[in-house]
Amino acid sequence: MVVKTLTGNYAVAYAVKLARVNVVSAYPITPQTTIVEKLSEMIEKGELNARMIRVESEHSALAAVYGAASAGARAFTATSSHGLLYMHEVVWWAAGSRIPLVMAVVTRAIGPPWNIHVDHQDILDQRDSGWIIAVAQENQEVLDLTLQAFKISEDPRVYLPMMVGLDGFILSHTTAPVDIPDQELVDSWLPPRRQPYIIAPESEVVMGNIAPDEDHFMMRYSMAASMEAAKKVIEEVDKEYGEIFGRSYGGLVECYKCEDAEYFVVIMGSWAGDAKKAVDTLREQNIPVGVVRIRFVRPWPREKLLEILSGAKGVLVFDRAVSMGSTGILFSEVAQTLYPLNISLKGLVAGLAGVDVGPSRIEAEILKFIKQAEEGAIYTPTEWILPEKYAGRYPSSPKEVIAK
Amino acid sequence: MTVNIKRIPKKKFLMPGNAACPGCPETMGMRYLKMALGDNFVMVIPAGCSSVIQGIAPRSGIYAPILNIVFAAGASAAAGMKAGFESIGRKDVEVVVWAGDGGTGDIGFQALSGAAERDDDILYICVDNEAYMNTGIQRSSLTPYGAWTTTTWTGKREHKKNIPLIMIAHGVKYVATASVGYPTDFIAKVKKASQIRGFKYIHLLAPCPVGWRFDPALTGEIGQLAVKTGLFPLYEYENGKFQLSPLARRYKDPSNRVPVVEYLKLQGRYKHLINKPEEIKKIEEYIESIWYMIDVLEKAFNPKEEARKLLGSL
Ligand SMILES: Cc1ncc(C[n+]2csc(CCOP(=O)(O)OP(=O)(O)O)c2C)c(N)n1
Ligand code: SF4
Ligand SMILES: [Mg+2]
Repeated sequence: MVVKTLTGNYAVAYAVKLARVNVVSAYPITPQTTIVEKLSEMIEKGELNARMIRVESEHSALAAVYGAASAGARAFTATSSHGLLYMHEVVWWAAGSRIPLVMAVVTRAIGPPWNIHVDHQDILDQRDSGWIIAVAQENQEVLDLTLQAFKISEDPRVYLPMMVGLDGFILSHTTAPVDIPDQELVDSWLPPRRQPYIIAPESEVVMGNIAPDEDHFMMRYSMAASMEAAKKVIEEVDKEYGEIFGRSYGGLVECYKCEDAEYFVVIMGSWAGDAKKAVDTLREQNIPVGVVRIRFVRPWPREKLLEILSGAKGVLVFDRAVSMGSTGILFSEVAQTLYPLNISLKGLVAGLAGVDVGPSRIEAEILKFIKQAEEGAIYTPTEWILPEKYAGRYPSSPKEVIAK
Repeated sequence: MTVNIKRIPKKKFLMPGNAACPGCPETMGMRYLKMALGDNFVMVIPAGCSSVIQGIAPRSGIYAPILNIVFAAGASAAAGMKAGFESIGRKDVEVVVWAGDGGTGDIGFQALSGAAERDDDILYICVDNEAYMNTGIQRSSLTPYGAWTTTTWTGKREHKKNIPLIMIAHGVKYVATASVGYPTDFIAKVKKASQIRGFKYIHLLAPCPVGWRFDPALTGEIGQLAVKTGLFPLYEYENGKFQLSPLARRYKDPSNRVPVVEYLKLQGRYKHLINKPEEIKKIEEYIESIWYMIDVLEKAFNPKEEARKLLGSL
């Protein structure tokens, strides 16, 4: 075990190296770029015995690692924002093929206008594709999740590709001490590559030719079943990782000060750290609030959330991504999950394009929400926390804009 | 390289009654491919007629392992597969892309250019039936001047994009043109390409009875006429050396060529222009421009060291 001060992106690269990946292919895009740079360096220096395919686009990057994985190699790619959208059809193709793969997504806003700062529009745009999707809170977790991604994706009960999200700049370019596990320990924990089939001369497998509609339908069904199975696998991996490497995160979701909480914040990514700070302050004032940090968006932790939140008085969801014409994306997931419970629910869209929110604002929003809920159960699907520059000039609900 | 027909494996590569149309050039080409390569290869097939010809999963009418892939990703998926095989110590597996003219010259061109520039060790075969046949005969950048398609009802106004020439300009290891009308020539080229390490490109002309509107019995003949009229010269470019294929050399002399109308009149896609001399003239001028280019290529990439030196000093 070595502790190094690493950026989130380097933490990804170290995990890829520890996983003894065979093929890497990626295309530069801010804020992902330093992952490919670091991996190129590792490969050229001989620290990582892998092939690097320096492709001309993200579409090709994902197609290349998909091709490599179909041939039996452990493969990895990484991207952000427009790169991820450019990959989109291959994202679906890879998942539908049930080929285990790992991709790091350094989350970033989508243009126009050009913007390189964090939000979650890019990664959440992939949520229907059949990839396992996890998002980390800090750099140590980035390394651990990336490493675990290989084990989860290659588990025969899962056989689905997996994305690991890390927030652009806030994690990708910010250093923090990261414990890098010993290679021998990783080798004894991570089995050699497993996958459902290999396309090779002796295998005579044909993948992707037209299937009867009913079979196509059933392939979707089997993906859905594997997503359900993945929930168990994720929890198992988190637990055994804790036993071997000393760190567990709670599996699908992390609970922070949940035990006696009456009100909960649901949040995902690095700003969950801010939410935890806000909760710490509120706890000093004996306000019973906790944080439920979504670690896995897919599979969606429905049962776990119901279990944690069944006694709640109210749930406040912070979203860094919005489904235009609807609500924040996490909000709609949370709302459909909590449908059986009759509790106060509110969704806040904030932090788009990297606009800072911070613990004190989160704290104020929690207090406001609790006050509203205590006055009578509320259901507010979407309010926006506007940037300071514009706050007060526009209503917090886009709906009221038309009314004016 | 000469191919002895008697030595060609008799093993069937395609199931009879597969999903292709009668007279399909793509199945003919695939059969020759297998004859050339034997068993130790995998195919990567982006969207196109060949995706459908395979038939219905979980079975396949083609006796080869196939990775079907999204339309634009033939070359990149193949490059990845090759790297994947190599990285796990399987250096001998040949990875062959089998892509249409659309998958090659249009939507897949970026990936193709990338793989060529990186000199990825794959064999890329463009099966050129001069339109998007799978979606119902729409024009591609490789549809020739004058041809009717369902998006060029009065005939395409632009000439065919010269992809093999563009591949030569990439400086790859091997580029060849071939026609399903000359199977042994194609087989010889595939065999040669498979001996070369690095990026190989073969452009296979594939006359399609459905899209070109001709009698399905004539696929081979039309494939030959394309060569005999001088429209589609057969050649090889190998490690900086360019040469016309033996059977095409005589068409360098215009007096040996079959008049192009003989080719055009067999195809319904040219029906509207067959009686328009000014349109025929345009096509004849195109043939001249093609041979002018061949002349330039022969001089530029002359096997004789002298000429190469001369060129280098220019
Ligand atoms: C991204 C995308 N766009 C469009 C299509 C629809 N499509 C499938 S095959 C095809 C045309 C194929 O043409 P070509 O590559 O020339 O192959 P052919 O069918 O002629 O053999 C098109 C447009 C697709 N599958 N994917
Ligand atoms: S349309 Fe042409 S290329 Fe396509 S299957 Fe039919 S004959 Fe073959
Ligand atoms: Mg075509």
